[in-house]
Amino acid sequence: MVGLSEYLIVAAVLFSLGVIGLFLNRKNVIAILMCIELMLLAVNINLVAFSHYLNDISGQIFVFFVLTVAACEVAIGLAILVSFYRLRRSIEIEDINTLQG
Amino acid sequence: MLETAFFNLFAGLSIFAGLGVVLSRNTMHAVMFLIFCFFNAAGLFFLLDAEFLGIILILIYVGAVMVLFMFAIMMLEVNVSKMREGFQQYLPIGGMIAVILMIEFVAASTTGVFTEGAKATAEHFAQDVNNTKEIGKVLYTKYLLGFEIAAIILLVALVGAIVLTIRGRKDAKYQNVSKQVNVRREDRVRKVSM
Repeated sequence: MVGLSEYLIVAAVLFSLGVIGLFLNRKNVIAILMCIELMLLAVNINLVAFSHYLNDISGQIFVFFVLTVAACEVAIGLAILVSFYRLRRSIEIEDINTLQG
Repeated sequence: MLETAFFNLFAGLSIFAGLGVVLSRNTMHAVMFLIFCFFNAAGLFFLLDAEFLGIILILIYVGAVMVLFMFAIMMLEVNVSKMREGFQQYLPIGGMIAVILMIEFVAASTTGVFTEGAKATAEHFAQDVNNTKEIGKVLYTKYLLGFEIAAIILLVALVGAIVLTIRGRKDAKYQNVSKQVNVRREDRVRKVSM
């Protein structure tokens, strides 16, 4: 029988991989988006695991909402990226400095 | 036991695929690894009696979102060597933060709260329990407002993505409405003294 903590450990490792990926791939916007997806996946595994072990279906509903928001985020992010590429012919983070932020 | 074996398989492969996402040199390979990771996470969802979400993960994530990623990568010309700059530079601090985070998470999840007692183990549901039906019962009653907000968020994202990437044709003969409305008498009529 697989316990709750095993699932939590898997999710923790995946989340940490997402965090380290954010640092390692700082130049690549697409890789950053993928690392965010990885972190959201880890959160989803946590939610589903708790939903199963606490015998409460609400956790799965929240996974549903997280999936919705993640899909929207990816669609908008890639649309911004494509329109930025048309403007500048580059998607490097250093070139995204128009706002001087 | 078979369940433990499958858990180890799915967990190990998903962590391996996560490593591949972070470390692979080619962005397209990273996308492939992420797809593999989603498949294995769907396997974990199946083990947790969440069949609906597992199938949703495969259909929406692998079928739609990752295809969108691939589409964007193929459209954009990515300079791989330039993208790898600073990989070594940020490895120490990023690794340190991630390791500290992971140690904290693992320490928290291996405490007695989650490893002992009634919450540590759960029996699988009987075969006649329908996960999709159960989700539907709660989603359309208790979480109806959230469901509708999610629908509106999706609609806004749909419109936003189209607006951001739309490119009007140059040879199309559109009417510029604001120009038409803002026109004044002086722009069109000229007094000529004869």
